[in-house]
Amino acid sequence: MDVGQLQRQFTDYTASLFREGFLDDQFTQLQKLQDENNPDFVFEVVSLFFDDSEKLVNNMAKALEQQTVEFKQVDAHVHQFKGSSSSVGAHRVKNVCVTFRNFCEQQNIEGCKRCLQQLRHEYSLLKSKLETLFRLEQQIIAAGGSIPMVE
Amino acid sequence: MEISGVLSRRNMPDEIGGFDLSPGHSEEEAHVLAVDDSLVDRKVIERLLKISSCKVTAVDSGRRALQFLGLDEEKNSAALDGLKVDLIITDYCMPGMTGYELLKKIKESSTFRETPVVIMSSENILTRIDRCLEEGAEDFIVKPVKLSDVKRLKDYMTREDRDGNEGRGINKRKLGEACDVSPSFSSSPPSISSSSSSWSAPSSPTSLDSPTRRLKTSTCD
Repeated sequence: MDVGQLQRQFTDYTASLFREGFLDDQFTQLQKLQDENNPDFVFEVVSLFFDDSEKLVNNMAKALEQQTVEFKQVDAHVHQFKGSSSSVGAHRVKNVCVTFRNFCEQQNIEGCKRCLQQLRHEYSLLKSKLETLFRLEQQIIAAGGSIPMVE
Repeated sequence: MEISGVLSRRNMPDEIGGFDLSPGHSEEEAHVLAVDDSLVDRKVIERLLKISSCKVTAVDSGRRALQFLGLDEEKNSAALDGLKVDLIITDYCMPGMTGYELLKKIKESSTFRETPVVIMSSENILTRIDRCLEEGAEDFIVKPVKLSDVKRLKDYMTREDRDGNEGRGINKRKLGEACDVSPSFSSSPPSISSSSSSWSAPSSPTSLDSPTRRLKTSTCD
């Protein structure tokens, strides 16, 4: 595949991620912060986000498994997750966090557990999609091209 | 205490006990102290500031921020070595010390009460915003922070410079003067209604030009 085709694939794929709500404007903001001097910025932030997420999701799971669930504790983790997902533009993940926090407030354990499952689902979906995106970037660079700029 | 004024950063180590210092700055660049417990947010704010030509020191807690500023019991800070801080930007919700508590401590200090403090929060709660502004915060940014937010912050710093302080940044009171200034120098807390940006007045440079600034709508819960 030539560079042009790869670049088009990249642009189309990125557009679909926005269209389907996986990403929002904040992701575009991050892309704007990337340049020749910081070519891996988005990748680095997203990697930090995924590392952070693993820990937070595990903490939430543990907290929900307790005999007596400390909803404030669960909410604190969700709040953190909501914050970081919002900062990277992880739109769907963030929305699940919003619902999750409502269930925490209502002390609805079933609702919380459902949200946790949804969270895991959305988060792994996003992870694999972003991995695809980064792979495309690598391919473009390897083929000697440059990453198409965001509108 | 011998104050040699603003020193070149070249002699400073990049890491001071957990502080993340960006290398290679000049005296003309504004220096911002960013405080956020979230690693992701720290990375983003740091980049936003650097791309806006600011030097950045990013710390992960209010306690570290106070240590850096020399406002904790240790009095062992990079700032006391002549490193100016032109702006402090802090997250509101942090474990241990909140951004609000940090703001109060900064405003209580003689060395840094003039330094603009900006609060960031993911939650657009009016009472929270008002409380922070009343305590002397320059501005309140609803997360996620964007480039346009940081550009706005730069306006404070540039505007202050233009008021005839030869680009020394907002923390105009040199550290040596802290001993000379009488406690009555800054009598009232900065309020947003006093829109004068004259540097001699302890008023906030924030003017009423865009009240919507405070109430940025965002997709918060």
